[in-house]
Order: sequence, then structure tokens, then C-alpha cells
Amino acid sequence: MEKQVLVVFPHPDDEAFGTAGLMTKFVNDGVPVTYACATLGEMGRNMGNPFFATRETLPEVRKKELKDACQAMGVNDLRMLGFRDKTLEFEDPELLVSTINKLVDELNPSLVITFYPGYGIHPDHDACGAAVVEAIKRLPADDRPTLYTLPITPDREAVLGKPDKVFDVTDVLDTKIKTIEAHRSQTEAMVARLEDGSLDPNSDIMTFIKQESFWIYPFDE
Amino acid sequence: MKPIQIEDVQNILETFENKDLYFHLETTSGAYAAQNKEKLAVGAYIRNGSLRFTNVKIAGSGPFRVGFKLQEGWMYAEGLTDYQLDDGRLLMAGHDKSGRLAVAVQLSYTPFD
Repeated sequence: MEKQVLVVFPHPDDEAFGTAGLMTKFVNDGVPVTYACATLGEMGRNMGNPFFATRETLPEVRKKELKDACQAMGVNDLRMLGFRDKTLEFEDPELLVSTINKLVDELNPSLVITFYPGYGIHPDHDACGAAVVEAIKRLPADDRPTLYTLPITPDREAVLGKPDKVFDVTDVLDTKIKTIEAHRSQTEAMVARLEDGSLDPNSDIMTFIKQESFWIYPFDE
Repeated sequence: MKPIQIEDVQNILETFENKDLYFHLETTSGAYAAQNKEKLAVGAYIRNGSLRFTNVKIAGSGPFRVGFKLQEGWMYAEGLTDYQLDDGRLLMAGHDKSGRLAVAVQLSYTPFD
């Protein structure tokens, strides 16, 4: 059993599709889970129809959604790291790495979860994953937590092979869907389909939601 | 925000003429556009740039274009559909049919957060 889990993603909702089920399972098992979210997704494009936000009010909207998502999962240690959406790759890398190092020192996690650098599609995903990898690499090999990474490029299995860990999250699916729904500004089109029942339980998207796959980052290679 | 009403926005814009301003200028096709290799993902972003303009004009029949004549240059944006005046700041944006922002121009006397 894990002692402490640390999840590091750049945007509110990055946890929702790929990790919310596993985070919920840890919470249910009594494992402390910390979610460090680097930005508030300030550059999100969806303002709704009718509008629910402007460029200036979106950060507050998404902060509330992030808190609601954590509440849905039962995650009570949320750290908002205060970076700005779409700027992570331009920051001094040392600033990101040292921010994550401080969290790792404080929490001493047995497991860390982030994006697989280079396979993130969004530049913030890659920058976040790279900073987490670097922060953990600096620990003595024996002290390193396990690092579960999420590659999301379509070619991930062709390049990286099959995932090392696949979790069936059907048992916590209700919570996972509540987490997805909490990020309404990002997911409202899909949420509407979940709510009106038009999403077939056997559809590709539901199959995708029921399974969470991770690649263990290979520090030794 | 509400749909741009051209005379109203022109009047508001003119109140900002010849004043030291902060501006936000943004255009984006979305970071995930890079997934589709047929498309070029583009975007540009300036937050709290400094600006002083001598003339301004909003043009078109919707979506609208807005151009600012600066003391030593120009700034313009196109594709604007909606606007809002809040706390003395003018927010203008171009949204597609589903409400996704593609372009934004904002003016303020004080820096944006």
C-alpha cells in the first residue's frame, strides 16, 4: 500500500479523465493524496454558450471547479502552485523543479503521478512532466518514489509499448464522472451527454473512462 | 459579454484615446490543434503591454475588426464578436458558435491580474 501519493498536473481537469479514478481509490483506501495543480487554466477557450466567463473571470471559475473536483474525489490537500497557463515551458526550469522538489521533500511521497514528458501534446503537459522527472532524478536512487506517467499522444503504445499499470476504475465510476462534471467549463458538452443518457455505457469514451493506464518512468535507462 | 453594438463600442473606445493604457491581446487556435497535423497551431499573447493610441476604429458588419493607430505604429485584431465594460476596463473577444474564444483585445488603465 502507498504511504502518500502526489499528483502534479498543470491544469484543473488534467486529472479528470486519466487519474481521477485511481486518486479516488487511494482516498477510499485511506492513503493521503496531494494534488498539486500548477496553473488555473487561465487560457481556457471555452466561455460557454450562453457565456459563463470572460478571459478575466475564467481563473476564478476554474479555481472553484478544481476545488469541487477535489471535494468529489475526497482529496483534501490541494496545492495551487500559482503559475500561469501556457507559460510553463518558458519559465526558468529551475523554478519549476525547485517548486516540485519542495513538495517532494515535505510530503515524502511513495508514488508520484504526472504527464510523460515528450508525450503530452500540450506544451504545459510536457514542461510539467519534465520538471517532475528532473525533481525526482535529483533524489538518491534508493529514495526515489515510483513515478507513474501519462503519455497522451496517439502513438504512445507504438513508441513506449504497453502500459505498466492498468487500473479498472468501474467501482469508483460515479465519483470519476462527478469529478469530470465538476470541471463544467471544460467538459459541459460531454456532461450534457452523460446527463441525458445519450452516451452508450459501451461506447469507446466510456470504455476509455473506465480504465486508467500508466507507464512507470524508467529512471535507470 | 454581449454582442458587439458598433456605435456603442466605438464611443467607449474613443474614451481611451491619448491615454496611457495596459492592453491584453490574444489569439489562439487552441493548444490541441497541434494534434491535427494538417493544421498549423497558432497563437499570440501579450498581457499588460503598454499602449497609447491617437485614433481608433471598429469596422465591419460582424464579426468586427478593430484598429488602433499608435504614436509610432499600429495594432489591430479581427474576428471580434462580443464586448463588456467592467470597472472601466473594456473587454472585447471573438467567440465561435460554441462559445470558444479565438481572439481577445482588452484595454485597462490599471494592469490586468
